[in-house]
Amino acid sequence: MFATPSILRMFAHPAGSAAAGTTSTGKPPVLKVGKKPGSEIKVSNLNVSIGNNHILKNIDLEIPNNKITCIIGPSGCGKSTLLKTINRLIDDSEKVKVNGEIIIDGENIYGKRVEVTHIRRKMGLLSQRPIPLPMSIFDNITFGCKLHGVRNKKQLKQIVEENLRAAGLWDEVKDRLHAPASSLSIGQQQRLCLARGLAIKPQFILGDESTSALDPISSRHIENLFVKLKEKYGVVLVTHTLRQALRIADYVVFIYLGEVVESGPAKELFNAPKHELTKQYLSGVFS
Amino acid sequence: MEHTGLLRRRVAANAMASKLMKLLTIISLLTLLIIGVGLYYKSTAILGEHSLWSLLTGKEWSPLSGQFGFRPFIVSSVYVTVLSVAIALPVALLTALFLTENAKPWITKVVFPILDILAGIPSVVYGLWGTLIIVPWIADSFGPLFVDYTSGYTLLAGGIVLSVMIIPLLVSLFIELFSAVPKDFKDASASLGATRWQTSRLVVVRKASPGIIAAVVLAISKAFGETLAVLMVCGNMVGIPHSLFDSAYPLPALIANNYGEMLSLPKYESALMFASLLMFVIILIFNAISRVVLQKVEQKFKL
Repeated sequence: MFATPSILRMFAHPAGSAAAGTTSTGKPPVLKVGKKPGSEIKVSNLNVSIGNNHILKNIDLEIPNNKITCIIGPSGCGKSTLLKTINRLIDDSEKVKVNGEIIIDGENIYGKRVEVTHIRRKMGLLSQRPIPLPMSIFDNITFGCKLHGVRNKKQLKQIVEENLRAAGLWDEVKDRLHAPASSLSIGQQQRLCLARGLAIKPQFILGDESTSALDPISSRHIENLFVKLKEKYGVVLVTHTLRQALRIADYVVFIYLGEVVESGPAKELFNAPKHELTKQYLSGVFS
Repeated sequence: MEHTGLLRRRVAANAMASKLMKLLTIISLLTLLIIGVGLYYKSTAILGEHSLWSLLTGKEWSPLSGQFGFRPFIVSSVYVTVLSVAIALPVALLTALFLTENAKPWITKVVFPILDILAGIPSVVYGLWGTLIIVPWIADSFGPLFVDYTSGYTLLAGGIVLSVMIIPLLVSLFIELFSAVPKDFKDASASLGATRWQTSRLVVVRKASPGIIAAVVLAISKAFGETLAVLMVCGNMVGIPHSLFDSAYPLPALIANNYGEMLSLPKYESALMFASLLMFVIILIFNAISRVVLQKVEQKFKL
């Protein structure tokens, strides 16, 4: 089991990094990030409806880079839909209509001649439950790179090590890289999925309640990784647990019934919410 | 507590039902055994006269002079089966992938019942269709491209007709399998930048691979045992086919064509029984092997 070592590591590094990113020789791993300085996600006048259901209404948002932005709100308010809209996974749903703009790198991802795989590549998605693809640990990490044409074996090996280290999983799995990914514990699987997302060199990490299926120790582990990763990526998390947002968010977006009620720096929003609904939500009147 | 009549009756009915179900299960399992033993018993006459090896590998088939070599029939059967699956598998895989991953839902809704109809058409109709369409097409149009002369009643005709018969079966099994792959997996793959085709190929098919193997086993068993359609289009000339345009004579066609005729010939009935036994054993062994393969695949990826 990995639980014990990860506890130890958390105590050993109270700064919260869970030792992610330090190699056995003490050298930090080389993470080449395809990020352009100052790139951010700009959502303007976004409306999403599925069938007759108007799910997101007139969303205007700016999601900064190198920060953790938490999207909070009661269940069914459209948080996950917003996240899926950002990487266009929403395209695969039936009867979906998207209006408005989401601009990443100065490009409207809902523009006419946008290749959707190219957009998705800019974002690593970490879903609610870990979804290891039906293949080995090694192949899971290299899956994305291979799709985009990386074939060199040495390079692939390097990518696997780098990203497993970045997700704090290398030491636990380095001796069984060719074991099926589903043989890992659920917490390890989620870090594997994170490593897999990092391997495609995204600019943003999207987390859709990524810790909700995990035990407290594993979810703490993932949270710490997010904090570490924001140095290099923009992190956007949909979260159901307010306490998680309190712990790690830099920016908070509160959504209620498909509308952004309030958004801003975490400290301001949590300490001095302006809107009545936000106050009620934060004090637990509804959840 | 006093047992009321109702309670007693319910308990008795329960006991009877469970006994009945057990009995029926045993009976259906026994049938397998009875068929096997019966076929073996009937084949002993010919097995006593010729060695098993000479029966399996002998090329000569002339019941009049007491020569029973089954090799042409075994080879024909295997060829026709392999050919039909080789044609049907890619077609069925791509069709099912299209219907589950790419097609609009209404298309799937329309196509599904059509597949069921295709699967329900009696094999004699397929046989007729093969005789009227495929055989002349091979004889007049397709065959001449490759060989000087072919009658059209060929291995290829058998393979095509059989493949058309198993495609509906395979497609509907594959559709079940592919739609059972959770959307999460497709999303995970898509979010890494996979195109739909890449996701289908690398994730969906892979995730469904144990099921695909099981479906193919079913299709092979069906193709191997299919009698009427192959009997009508394969030509039924004794001899090992050397090309797609040679006539073939699969085992089921041999049995169906000859049983009931010329049974006065010594050992002839026994020889036909041996042919049945052969098919029975081949299917048994084949199923056993495929179980092992299936388990290995499942273990390998813990699917």
